[in-house]
Amino acid sequence: MTGSEVAAPRSVVVFSPDWPVTAALGAGGDAEGRLVAVVEGGRVLAASQAARAAGVRRGMKIRSAQTLMDGLEIHDRVPDDEARLFEQVAEAVGALAAHLEVLRPGICAIPARGATRFHGGEEALVERLYDAVESAGFECRIGVADGLVAAQLAARTQLVVPPGGSAAFLARFPVGEVAPPRLADLLVRLGLETVGRFAAVPPAAVSDRFGAVGVAAHRLARGLEARPVVARPAGADLVAQVRFETPHTVAEPMVFAALGLAERMHAGLAAAGLGCERFAVEVECADRSEASRMWRHEGVLSAAAVAERVRWQLQAWQHQQHFDERAGGVVALRLVPDGLFADPGRQLSLLDGDRESLERMERAAARVQAILGHTAVVTAQLAGGRGPGEQVVRTPWGDAHQEQRAEGPWPGRLPAPSPVRVPATAEQVRLRDAEGREVQVTARAELVSAPVFLVVEGRELAVSGWAGPWPATERWWADDGSRVARMQVTVEGGGALLLAVEGGRWRLEGAYDS
Amino acid sequence: MPVLPALQELLPDRGLRPGTAVRVGGSTALSLALLAAATTEGTWCAAIGCEGLGLVAAAEIGVALDRLHLVERPGEHFEDAAAAYADAAGVLLLRPGRPLSDRSAARLTALARRHGCALVVDGSWPSPQVRLQVTARQWTGVGMGRGRLRGQRVMVEVGGRGAAARGRQVGLWLPDADGRVRLDAPAERLHGARAARPQLAVAR
Repeated sequence: MTGSEVAAPRSVVVFSPDWPVTAALGAGGDAEGRLVAVVEGGRVLAASQAARAAGVRRGMKIRSAQTLMDGLEIHDRVPDDEARLFEQVAEAVGALAAHLEVLRPGICAIPARGATRFHGGEEALVERLYDAVESAGFECRIGVADGLVAAQLAARTQLVVPPGGSAAFLARFPVGEVAPPRLADLLVRLGLETVGRFAAVPPAAVSDRFGAVGVAAHRLARGLEARPVVARPAGADLVAQVRFETPHTVAEPMVFAALGLAERMHAGLAAAGLGCERFAVEVECADRSEASRMWRHEGVLSAAAVAERVRWQLQAWQHQQHFDERAGGVVALRLVPDGLFADPGRQLSLLDGDRESLERMERAAARVQAILGHTAVVTAQLAGGRGPGEQVVRTPWGDAHQEQRAEGPWPGRLPAPSPVRVPATAEQVRLRDAEGREVQVTARAELVSAPVFLVVEGRELAVSGWAGPWPATERWWADDGSRVARMQVTVEGGGALLLAVEGGRWRLEGAYDS
Repeated sequence: MPVLPALQELLPDRGLRPGTAVRVGGSTALSLALLAAATTEGTWCAAIGCEGLGLVAAAEIGVALDRLHLVERPGEHFEDAAAAYADAAGVLLLRPGRPLSDRSAARLTALARRHGCALVVDGSWPSPQVRLQVTARQWTGVGMGRGRLRGQRVMVEVGGRGAAARGRQVGLWLPDADGRVRLDAPAERLHGARAARPQLAVAR
């Protein structure tokens, strides 16, 4: 297994069934035995258990639902209430584990590792979670599995999937559980109806045909993380923050700042070619107290969707008086992306919106990578360094660009123009003076004799001019610290070459044009 | 497909025409320069088979590297890689490892025409639309142990089929001392004007 083939981290998912119903009835409301349906856009979104027993289904028209029974209570969906009320569940769960993450109102997750160790086993953790949520006054179901997708499905039926068993557990579910709707449609038409059958397709074939979206879904199907997580590039400040001159004690004015803040977070990620799996909403109060809540992002939320989650969170905190007068009000609001992965698509779609041409390039890159291997297609970025080969970082298409190394100064780096051809391995050449001896360079980087002939691949070229040598001591701290000097040489016929000398031997580092 | 202003003089359409091949001989810098304007305008480009390309130089000439995919060592799959990108890129820079057969070249050209992709070939190519051959070059700025490379003057012979067929010679700075690509002629006139000035004499 390579580094990117590691199983997804074990997750515990806490799921409150029929959350829209619970939210519609309010904190004190008891859905037990009541016929309730929550509707959105003229159709049923969720129904209480009793209503479902009577035949009400998600997606049903209101009128059809009403004809099934008398006295069906119809409530309009209020997403803000759902989010605000769920904060109470999140608080109860969050008290037992660090790193709680809200997937959406009604469902949240915690990484299993630390919490399991702390509470003495998965079963003990699950028991405590049930106790905590129930004592907060809510019903819940809990599932444990490798990876969030499997854990969410496990939570529906209150299962603990053994470690390493996620792929087998997922296999019998419809492929729509791991793939976005359009892709799932296509897969079903191709006869890959279940996750298991999709997982059996070789990865290269998937990347060839379905591109980045297909690869992410396929990784989920195989019980892996959708995307390999990359380390946060050091120095890149991806946190979007706004500070308020007058502290706010109510959510509303801060909500206005949320959209701009979300756009800034996305722009920062885009510039670094990254996407995030989740993001934290954080507020800092005048009395130094802070509150933070993690939300699921998966690289797919728009700025408006992020802003909506910020609004939900702020309203929930306001409701719980997290930042009332006693705390002095909120002085700073922050969005902190987390779980970063390489996302060249977001980078460009945000910059100029030419989504289609990018997707075609992605497909072309995937096709070539399927034939020649992942590292065969690269994009380049300028970096620090002295030699012409060192100033460029090549990154396989699909991986995140490394952090750009510091912009100089790089003493010994030659100014523009730079050589147009830079062989991967510098070829040994001979530089001779009028007597046919090898041209020597002193410790102070001075030529002992003037060069007259250059011998490249057995061909002798007359030297028409030269400049340098310029010394560049590289890695002087290491024992093999190399003392290199570079020299530009023009030869008969008009060509110009970059030579380097090290330990008395000349090599050809580049050709200025040919 | 746009090209740098100086290069418009070299091409019969004053730009790269999708579905046609421009063959560049004797100058990798010129083939990179042909890509530059397209990448800065946001067109995706790909370079197939161009191992050891000086990417710092490419950036200096004006290529936006974030718009360039590189398949440096396609080996025997050169045609597959080129065909994949002919479907996606706006300009393809090709350096075939060995000469392509007429059929393969015709197939790639047809693919490129269908998807609106222009081909710039650094190497051999059967019957290109435009041929740009560097026949002479001279670097300036370097003496016998003095100075440093500043600029390159090249003489480009333009040939090819149709409108490009009437062969002519164009002088180019590739790049000039300021790092730009520009036509040689105006600079020559300037140089002449300076030479025509009366020489200063020492006043006694």
